[in-house]
Amino acid sequence: MEKQLLSGDEAIARGAWEAGCHVAAAYPGTPSTEILENLATYEEVYCEWSTNEKVALEVALGASICGARALATMKHVGLNVAADPFFSAAYIGAYGGLVIVSADDPGMHSSQNEQDNRYYGMAAKVPVLSPSDSQEALDFTKQGFDLSEQFDIPVLLRITTRIAHSNTVVAVGPREAREVKGYDRQSTKTILLPAFARRRHVDLEGRIDRLREYTEQTPLNRIEQGSAKLGIVCDGVAYQYAREVFPDASFLKLGMVHPFPAERVRRFAAQVSELIVIEEVDPFLEMQIRALGLQVTGKDRLPRWDELTPGVVQRALAGAVAASGGVASEAGTATATMELPAEPPTPEADLPMRPPALCAGCPHMGIFFALQKRKVIIGGDIGCYTLGALAPHEGMDTCIDMGASITFAHGADKALGEQDPRKRVAFIGDSTFFHSGMTGLVNVAYNQSDVLTIIADNRTTGMTGHQEHPGTGKTLKGAPTDCVDPEAIARACGIEQVATVDPYQVKETRKVVSELLAHDGPAVLITKRACALVSRIRETPKRVDPEICIYCKTCLRLGCPALTSREGKAFIVDTVCVGCGMCADVCPRGAIS
Amino acid sequence: MNVLVCGVGGQGVLLFTGLLSQVALSAGRDVKKSEVHGMAQRGGSVSSHVRFGERVYSPLIEPGAAELIVAFERLEAVRYAHYLHPAGRMLYDPHRIDPLPVQIGLAERPTDAALEARLAARTPALAVEAFAKARELGNPRVQNVVMLGAASSFLEFPADHYREAIRELVKPKFVELNLRAFDAGRALVAPAAV
Repeated sequence: MEKQLLSGDEAIARGAWEAGCHVAAAYPGTPSTEILENLATYEEVYCEWSTNEKVALEVALGASICGARALATMKHVGLNVAADPFFSAAYIGAYGGLVIVSADDPGMHSSQNEQDNRYYGMAAKVPVLSPSDSQEALDFTKQGFDLSEQFDIPVLLRITTRIAHSNTVVAVGPREAREVKGYDRQSTKTILLPAFARRRHVDLEGRIDRLREYTEQTPLNRIEQGSAKLGIVCDGVAYQYAREVFPDASFLKLGMVHPFPAERVRRFAAQVSELIVIEEVDPFLEMQIRALGLQVTGKDRLPRWDELTPGVVQRALAGAVAASGGVASEAGTATATMELPAEPPTPEADLPMRPPALCAGCPHMGIFFALQKRKVIIGGDIGCYTLGALAPHEGMDTCIDMGASITFAHGADKALGEQDPRKRVAFIGDSTFFHSGMTGLVNVAYNQSDVLTIIADNRTTGMTGHQEHPGTGKTLKGAPTDCVDPEAIARACGIEQVATVDPYQVKETRKVVSELLAHDGPAVLITKRACALVSRIRETPKRVDPEICIYCKTCLRLGCPALTSREGKAFIVDTVCVGCGMCADVCPRGAIS
Repeated sequence: MNVLVCGVGGQGVLLFTGLLSQVALSAGRDVKKSEVHGMAQRGGSVSSHVRFGERVYSPLIEPGAAELIVAFERLEAVRYAHYLHPAGRMLYDPHRIDPLPVQIGLAERPTDAALEARLAARTPALAVEAFAKARELGNPRVQNVVMLGAASSFLEFPADHYREAIRELVKPKFVELNLRAFDAGRALVAPAAV
């Protein structure tokens, strides 16, 4: 079989294709985005960027009800958005296999929280698979489809950033030929009226009970026999760290973490003199082990936040294991592949941070500049422009969840009324607006608040790597389609104060912002200009004339990575500058050309 | 073998480690490569870990465990220096990209001499002028593959395996340029070997 080096995301896409998946839907979200991007390259699978995760899951469920194998993928917080159909899907079950991927982000590399979505499986009574590398990501995706059909239930495949974005060696196979079974009306199953849903709930408990028997037998959960002194229960990438630190221990490696294989854990615990559970974030497995009345070391030593690493595991557990005569001291002898220093070298102190920043030519810089030095309270949202929360823009007061800019501003307006003279502003990107900003804007119009909503329309989903969305006129597969217009939506809400500007015209943008802020009642400003990485703008780099520059630093307030200071004057780094001209527009002396 | 590659978002750290992992895979090694996508890529500090050998478990390298560090920028070389194994080797490009807070006057960057001294206190790091060489070749974007050429002299795989990986993974119209960049990088550190 051919061996490839695949990321977890690529492996899931490959697994779905091999399993004969017919329909896949997602909203982009780090670290899950590349699953659909890769699956879309296989022509046999219909793939789409849905407007949000709830839509994506419902699309996949619709396909499953019609006998297609269907996949919905999202980041962990996306499952919050999709939670409603997720719970219903468990009741309805799966006619065509239905797999839902949740890509969690311990360490919050690109997220607003680090929730542990294994709990969702428990709450919704859905089986949860947890792969430890790309090979398992591929295998578990295929088994997920089989299990889903066998037990008439959706399957949650829970990965984390280190699974999604680590490349490991994978053996790939061919695609299974599979027909869409077709739609057969089963009203008592698919219509969740209370009378039917009550029966579906009882049925679901029966299905999860049968899975409880299955999890005791399945090779998805396996024992790796080692020393009887120390037994380790683990799942996901934590298994790799545990193997690195305790090469001689015995392992109960769980690939199916819900339902929990209680009897297997009990038997495993009886074989070892000390039991440890190593898992990222929450004590999900530990809680269930403790409920069996077993003694176990876990989150009393290991952190409940951030990612684990081999070093974190080693330092947290070394004392505990050594004290009981365990095998920590033998680390590095058998199959550990890395020499772990007992005391890690300390990083250099006092280095300037290098936080991510807006790109040269980023149109968001223009609108952030236009918002500076104003008496406003700004609800922020999720996207590249969230970087505008940092200096020099400091262009938002909140970042909560997708779409919350508009609803926050509305709530602030209703709470503060006349008491606070600062105007309420919402700042939201185009893709985020289509995702879940539209309902908030309808609410602003319906319940009339004094909110200026700024839709920063850069013609793409920027932060996740430039995916199409309903406003770009192209689908995930690259086909041309209708273009949804945010300005028309705003007007259709009945909002009369609506304007569209080019944020590269910074002074003009600033003027229009002033006009709209002076207006009472709902207003909408659309700043329309393609992301600099999409337009690939490459004009002649601008230059500061040091004779004219008075070093007022106005241009530096754009926060452009091409702008800096040299010898007491503003200076443009020509290898970084793309020639967008925003700095020339804001320079009060005309020193930049 | 643990190789850590670091630089600034946009410098092509991920292509470097993509090529290196492909080389290790085709040599029959178990390989793991780990990095973070998304927000960090927007001009932020970026690192990617590659581990290969008989069998690899953790995709992450611990501080003090990197046998080779390749840094595309001097400040980033210092930032990740504590990852170096006491017997490890560091290659770095003295090329300078100031972080945004430094550019707009909100933070201060230590002088190049001070950074140099901090590095020297930890390891006899080898400077590789890859950005300058890439510019000379006509495209500063191949800095990463110049660095790969330099690093290849310290790794166990034959040069042809890298050339093959470049042909396989780089867009056809950039293959020739990248092959030249690779050879130029190799010549920078080991003129006799090329």
